[in-house]
Amino acid sequence: MPGAAVNATLSQYSDWSYTTATAIYVLALVFFLIEQSFGAKGRRAAERTRERARELVGAGGPDTTESVTPPAETPATRAARGRAERIGRMGASLAVLGALLHLAALVLRGVATHRVPWGNMYEYIMAVTFIAVVTWLVVIRKFPARHLSGFLLLPVVILMFVGGTMLYTVAAPVQPALQSYWLVIHVSAAAASSGIFLVPGVASILYLIRTAHERDPKRFARFGSRLPAADVLDRIAYRTTVFAFPLFTFGVLCGAVWAEAAWGRFWGWDPKETTAFIAWVVYAAYLHSRATAGWRGTRAAVINTLGFAVTVFNLFFVNLVTTGLHSYAGVG
Amino acid sequence: MTATEAPPEPKPYRDSPGKRVLAFLRNTWRGLTAMRTALILLFLLALAALPGALLPQRTLNAPKTEQYIADHGWWGTLLDRLQFFDVYSSVWFSAIYLLLMISLVGCLLPRSVEYLKSMRAKPVLTPRNLSRLPHFAKATTPRDPDEVLAAARTRLKGWRAVEREEDGGARTISAERGYLRETGNLVFHFGMLGLIIAFALGKMYTYEGQVIVQANGSQFCNSGIYAYDSFSPGLRVDGTDLNPFCVKVDDFSAEFTEAGQPVQYKSHVQYQAGADLETGTWRDYLLEVNSPLRLAGDRVYLLGNGYSPIFTITWADGTTRTQATQWRPTDPTGTLNEGATKFDPPNITDPFERRTKQLAVTGLFAPDGLLHGGVLTGGGPEMTNPMVAVDVMRGDLGLDSGQSQSIFSIDQSMVDDGRLTRVARSNLNVGQSVTLDDGTVVRFDGVQRFVSLQISHDPTQTYVLGFAVAMFLGLGLSLLIKRRRLWVRVVPGAEAGTGTVVEVGGLARTDQAGYGEEFTRIAEELLTGKRR
Ligand code: HEM
Repeated sequence: MPGAAVNATLSQYSDWSYTTATAIYVLALVFFLIEQSFGAKGRRAAERTRERARELVGAGGPDTTESVTPPAETPATRAARGRAERIGRMGASLAVLGALLHLAALVLRGVATHRVPWGNMYEYIMAVTFIAVVTWLVVIRKFPARHLSGFLLLPVVILMFVGGTMLYTVAAPVQPALQSYWLVIHVSAAAASSGIFLVPGVASILYLIRTAHERDPKRFARFGSRLPAADVLDRIAYRTTVFAFPLFTFGVLCGAVWAEAAWGRFWGWDPKETTAFIAWVVYAAYLHSRATAGWRGTRAAVINTLGFAVTVFNLFFVNLVTTGLHSYAGVG
Repeated sequence: MTATEAPPEPKPYRDSPGKRVLAFLRNTWRGLTAMRTALILLFLLALAALPGALLPQRTLNAPKTEQYIADHGWWGTLLDRLQFFDVYSSVWFSAIYLLLMISLVGCLLPRSVEYLKSMRAKPVLTPRNLSRLPHFAKATTPRDPDEVLAAARTRLKGWRAVEREEDGGARTISAERGYLRETGNLVFHFGMLGLIIAFALGKMYTYEGQVIVQANGSQFCNSGIYAYDSFSPGLRVDGTDLNPFCVKVDDFSAEFTEAGQPVQYKSHVQYQAGADLETGTWRDYLLEVNSPLRLAGDRVYLLGNGYSPIFTITWADGTTRTQATQWRPTDPTGTLNEGATKFDPPNITDPFERRTKQLAVTGLFAPDGLLHGGVLTGGGPEMTNPMVAVDVMRGDLGLDSGQSQSIFSIDQSMVDDGRLTRVARSNLNVGQSVTLDDGTVVRFDGVQRFVSLQISHDPTQTYVLGFAVAMFLGLGLSLLIKRRRLWVRVVPGAEAGTGTVVEVGGLARTDQAGYGEEFTRIAEELLTGKRR
C-alpha cells in the first residue's frame, strides 16, 4: 500500500517494546552468567549423568533402561546447584519474555508501516536478533547448553543496542525498488538464515575454546572446564548450520530473481551479492570439511566461525561503508 | 573424492618418458579431484572474490574506479595491472573457478558410477563383531527370535533391508536408509555445474544498454548500438543482430510521501515487437519499478527519471527555437537538477560567426522552487512550483571541436579562454523570460519528464534459474536426509528359556553428528520390542 500513512502511535509502542526487550535480555544475560559461573559443579554432574546413560546403552544395558542415579552429591554442592539451576531457569524465562516483547516490537512496526518490518537496517537487525534468540531457545530444549545462553545473548544485546541507537530509523514506507513481494521472501530468508547462523558462530567459538582447553587444561582453565563436551558444541553448530544453509541458499536465489526484475540482471557482483557469495562458499567449505579426513573438528569450527565473521561483515560493512545497490539500508 | 595418493615407492629403474607423463597426469588428476583440493579451491574462490567487495569495480562504477586508481598512485596502478578492478573477469579468478570445475567433474563422474552401483546393491553383510561399531546395544529378552525379528521388520519399515542367516543359527537384518541423500547431493553438484556453464555462456551472449527517452511520446527502437546512450555487449555480441522492437514513452509520474520520499514511479508506454512491427500495431504497458516489460528475448526496465526544462529562444530577427534537454538530478529524489540546454543560432552560415553566437542556458531546475536571498533551492520532489535559476552563456560552445562533451554541462575551458561569456543570469518561473543585450529573448516554458530505460538481453538466464532451483532442491535432500546403517543380530539362547540375545549396531554413513540419540531410540525399541 504505497503512500499509506505511518501509524505513529503503534511505531512508538514498537520502539518501547524493543527497548524493553533489550533490557530484559540484559537481565537474562546477567542471570545466565551467574548460572555459568556458579553452576559448574551441578552441571558437570548433569553431564556425567548423561554420559553414563549413553555408556549403559552402548555397553549393552538391561532390557529396560533404568533411570541412572546421579553421582553422590554433598549437601553443599546440591544447594549451590539448586540455586544456580533456579537462576538459570529464571534466565530462560526472562529470555522467553524478552523474545515475546521482541516479537511485539516487530509486529507493531509492521502494522505501523503497512509492510514487512525489515525494510531498513534497524528493522533488519531487529529481525535477525529475534531469529537468533528463538533458534537458541529451541537449541537449549534439545541440548544441555542452557547455561551458555549468556554467550548468545551477548552479541544479541550488542547488536540490538547498536541497532537501536546508531542505526535507528523512523518508521516510514520503503522506496519503490523495495516495494515487491520479493522483499518479503528474500529479506525474510536472509534475516532468518543470518539469525540462525549466529548460533553456530557462537557454538563454534566455544568449541574452539573447549578443545584448546582439552588439549592443554591450563588454557582457559576456569572457563573451558565449564563448557559442555566439545562434541555437544560441534553438534549444535552442525545442526543449526545445516538448517540455515539451505535457507540462506534460498534467500540468495530469491535475491537473484528479484534483482532480475528490479535491476535488470540477476547477478551483478554488487558488494552485497559478492559478500553473500563468499559467505555461501565458506559455509559450503564448512560442510565439505566435515566430510574430509583431517578437517573435522577444530578446522571445521574455524571455518564456521569465519562464515559467521563474513555474515557480520555483510551486515555492517557492506551496508554502511560500501556503496552498492543494496545500500538502501536507510541510515543517515 | 579419491583417497590421497600413496607415498611414492622407490623404483629400481626409471620409467619411460611416456609412462612418466602418464603418471604425472594421473597424479595431477587424483590430486585435483581429492576432497581436500576441492576444499582449498573453495577457500581460494572465497578469498579471490573478496577484493570485489572491497575495491571499486570497473563494471559497476567506472568513474569511481578511475578515481580510486588516480588517488592511490603506484599502488593503484599495480592493483589495476593485477586486475583487481575487474576481479570477476580476471585471469586468477577464472583460473580458480576453472580448476574447481575440473575438480567437480572429476569428483562427480566416479561418484555417479558409484551411485548407480549402490542403487542396486543390497545392504552390506552384518559385521561379525557389532560391538566395534560406533553405536552398539545388546540385551537379552524373553521373546523368541521370530517375535524379535518380526518386530524389527515392522520397526525398520522404510529402510532397505535384507535378512540373512549365519552359521550357528543366528539371524541378522542389515538395513540401510537415506539413499536419497546421495541423489540430492549429486543433483546439487550437477545443478551447480550446469549453473556455472549457463552463467558463463550467458556472459558471452548478453547485452545491456541504457537510453534516455523523453516522456512525451518519444520512442526508442532497438535497431542498433547507435540508438543507445551506453551499451555493454558480451564477448560474442557485435550489435548487428539485435532483436527488433520499439518502445514509445507516453508519460511518467512519481508519487511521494509528505517527507518527500518516493513511493512509486510509473510510466505508460506502448511497444511493438515481432509481427506487430509489420502491422504497425502498438500495445500498451504500464512500466513500473520491479515490473519490466518482457519481450521475446529482451527486457525493458524503468531505471531512472528526471526533468527536461523547456526553453524557447526568440532571436532579434523573430526566429524561434524550442528545446527540451534532460537535466540531471543532483540528489536522489530530484529536488534540484542541473544541466545545460544548448542552441545554435539560426540563419547564420559562416561557421566563425556562428561560433560567436551560440547560446547555452545552464543552471539549476527545481520542481518545487524556493528562493532564499535570490538563491534557488528545492523544496521537494513534487512539481508544485517549477523554477529555474539560469546563466545564459554566449559564444563558442566548443561543439565543433571534435571532442565529445557532457550534455549536462558546458565546456569550462571555453569559459576560461574567454570564448564563452555569461550574458544574463536570472531566476525564472514558468512563462517568464529574460532579454539579452542583443534583443534575444530566453523564455522558460515549463518542464517535461524523461525516463531512463535499460534494455537487457540474456538468453541463458532461464537455464540458470532452472539449475539454481535444482541445486536448491538437491541441497535440501542432501542435508535433510540422513544416511544410516543398522544391523540386528538375533541369537537364540543356548537352551530353551534362557532368552534371546539381541545385538544392534549402527553406523552413520555421512555426518557423525546426531545418530546418537536416534540410534539409542531405535535400539531401545528393537531390544525391548516396545514402541516409544
Ligand atoms: C564448486 C564448488 C562446490 C560447492 C559450492 C559445493 C557445495 C557443497 C555443499 C553445499 C555440500 C553440502 C551437502 C552435504 O553436506 O551433503 C556439498 C557436499 C559434498 N560435496 Fe561439494 N561442492 C563443491 C565442489 C565439490 C567438489 C569439487 C567435490 C569433490 C571433490 C565435492 C564433493 C562433495 C561431497 C563428497 C559432499 C558430501 C559431503 C557430505 O556428505 O557431508 N564438492 N558440496
